[in-house]
Amino acid sequence: METLEQIRTRVQIGAPGTLLAIIPNDSPANQPSLLVDSAHAVAVARFLRDDPELRLDYCSNVTGVDWLDAELTEKFKVKKIVDGGEKEVEEVKKTSRPGYLEAVYHLYSMEKKLGPVILRQRTGDRTDQVHLTSLTPIWRGCEFQEREVWDLYGIIFEGHPDLRRILMWDGFKDHPMRKDYVPPDDYEYEPTPHDEVLARAKEHQARPAV
Amino acid sequence: MDEGLRSELSKQGVFTIKLEELYNWGRQNSVWPLQFGLACCAIEMIATSMARYDLARFGAEVFRPSPRQADLMIVAGTVTKKMAPQVVRLFNQMPEPKYVIAMGACAISGGPFKEGYNVLKGIDRYIPVDVHIPGCPPRPEALIHAFMTLQRRIDEQKLTGPDRARHLDAGVSGEYPVPRFGEHDLEPPNNAAVWKPPLVKPES
Repeated sequence: METLEQIRTRVQIGAPGTLLAIIPNDSPANQPSLLVDSAHAVAVARFLRDDPELRLDYCSNVTGVDWLDAELTEKFKVKKIVDGGEKEVEEVKKTSRPGYLEAVYHLYSMEKKLGPVILRQRTGDRTDQVHLTSLTPIWRGCEFQEREVWDLYGIIFEGHPDLRRILMWDGFKDHPMRKDYVPPDDYEYEPTPHDEVLARAKEHQARPAV
Repeated sequence: MDEGLRSELSKQGVFTIKLEELYNWGRQNSVWPLQFGLACCAIEMIATSMARYDLARFGAEVFRPSPRQADLMIVAGTVTKKMAPQVVRLFNQMPEPKYVIAMGACAISGGPFKEGYNVLKGIDRYIPVDVHIPGCPPRPEALIHAFMTLQRRIDEQKLTGPDRARHLDAGVSGEYPVPRFGEHDLEPPNNAAVWKPPLVKPES
């Protein structure tokens, strides 16, 4: 299979004006992915599916990821003059990154027997700019999985044919897989509490009876 | 009736028995379960009803596809919050006398999925459970044991008096409130009439 850099170059020729970034992955999996802006997501997806070299005709998985507001720390070494002599000093640079939601698509080719190519879309923030472009028109199999991502993370997919909740009921208001989700307090009784459950049970028992 | 006289009569081929015993003997040997399963425990339930374990020995092989014809609800598997109202509704549709066996860790407490956002922490929060079986999943022998326990409990039920069986008490309804889907959880989160959390001693 081509490298992700080669794929990116060809996508930018095939679908001009697309913003594509390669997201590296430092974990042992070492699976980099392509970040696409949601305005061009459908064009990119169509290119990846129809390209004779790639023919990524199968979207095996759609996942949501919730990234909270975070403070990133970067360490780097700077040469400084200390006491007349030059020394290397470690400095820490802190940058704050606003939170966002992410949809991750894992693409394979049944025809060419290759993959995965990983595609990502990111929302503007976690509250009101949560719209992304649905890729269901390109891969029919995304339909239920995008519904699941909407249900559990609250990403709204524009262009989805039938965006309803799939695991929770229709009147449900929360998105339970978000990191700031607070589950209902039903820790009245725990037969074998431990760790986090023990903390929750104690919290419940400390509450005054209503 | 005097035990000696009864024994003497039985030697002569005359069997005497209380109506209560006869009635309960008949009921306990023809318990028809409702045919429904929610998860992997259902596989063990199916195995129990098949030839090797043969639940038919206890008169319970007739799994009914309609709640109107069933006496026993075996809650076999994880009850999700989305499924809970339907389970309660099925129980309401069963005619009295009716019994419930909560089979497996999930049905009695939520089991390994207890902290899940959509898992009910035990069906006994909404309907009265007669026998709880722990296990993940319980072996068919455990279900048979639960079934025999239920038979014993049916045998002990009174037909008259203040502690008579629920189905003989006209003042007691066999219907239980069906929880509604709320914005954050089921409403109400449990039925206080059937479920009371055991008293937990605060840690000293």
